[in-house]
Amino acid sequence: MTSSDLRLKTRIFTAIVVLANVFGNSLMSFGVKRHGAALGSSAIEYLKVMFNPYVAAGICLLIVWMLARMALLSWADLSYVLPVTSIGYVLTAVMGRVFLGEQVSARRWIGTVLIMAGTALVGSTAVRTHDSGAGEDRARLVETAR
Amino acid sequence: MKWVLVGVVVTATVLCDALQTVGMRRHGEIHDFRPSALGRAGAALARNWYVILAVALMAVSFFTFLTLLSLADLSFAVPATAASFVIETFVAKYFLKERVAWRRWSGAALVACGVALLAL
Repeated sequence: MTSSDLRLKTRIFTAIVVLANVFGNSLMSFGVKRHGAALGSSAIEYLKVMFNPYVAAGICLLIVWMLARMALLSWADLSYVLPVTSIGYVLTAVMGRVFLGEQVSARRWIGTVLIMAGTALVGSTAVRTHDSGAGEDRARLVETAR
Repeated sequence: MKWVLVGVVVTATVLCDALQTVGMRRHGEIHDFRPSALGRAGAALARNWYVILAVALMAVSFFTFLTLLSLADLSFAVPATAASFVIETFVAKYFLKERVAWRRWSGAALVACGVALLAL
């Protein structure tokens, strides 16, 4: 696999990870707030809230998020994945403002801009710098060397 | 109470991500996306103890996060729990042996500042 293939694959999975996370969290937050009662009082409250359709849909998206992120971590650095997927915080702030009616102050918007700059900076670095694990890949490298 | 929950979420998330990364690396790069190959990868991962522990920690983090969401705004909860990834960049460098060069450090620092601003 060439490095441009790796980068494309990484971009696609980063997009899936970010979108599934943002929409999953927003749906969950919306559902939990609609449900009303504060959690933490009893286990039954957790079970009840999970049957709220918004929370259930949110959970499904978070499962997609988890699987896509696991795949991404099979080839990309953790120190790459974390800052790059943090663009999701920006989208979360926007979603909170637009759909949940939360107040987003000027300070929060400045934070948003910093996160975007950091994401862009890390996004320009190599996707993988470690050489541990990645059994199949190393085997392929050895093959090429022969 | 809010900050106790944040502490639990952060600790569980850091451990979860470190274990998940080690587990996925030991499994090897996912490069075949046909359903049958993904099924086989899933079956292999279900027997991978790093991944199993990571998923358990993710569940802890998830339910604690759900509790936090019922007490606080989403735009407080998400950024506050993001403190985990500052710690995780150090974990990536010193435990996962990734080369964290200046561009990645400064990018991570910018994101951390942004997250702090969002949380305040």
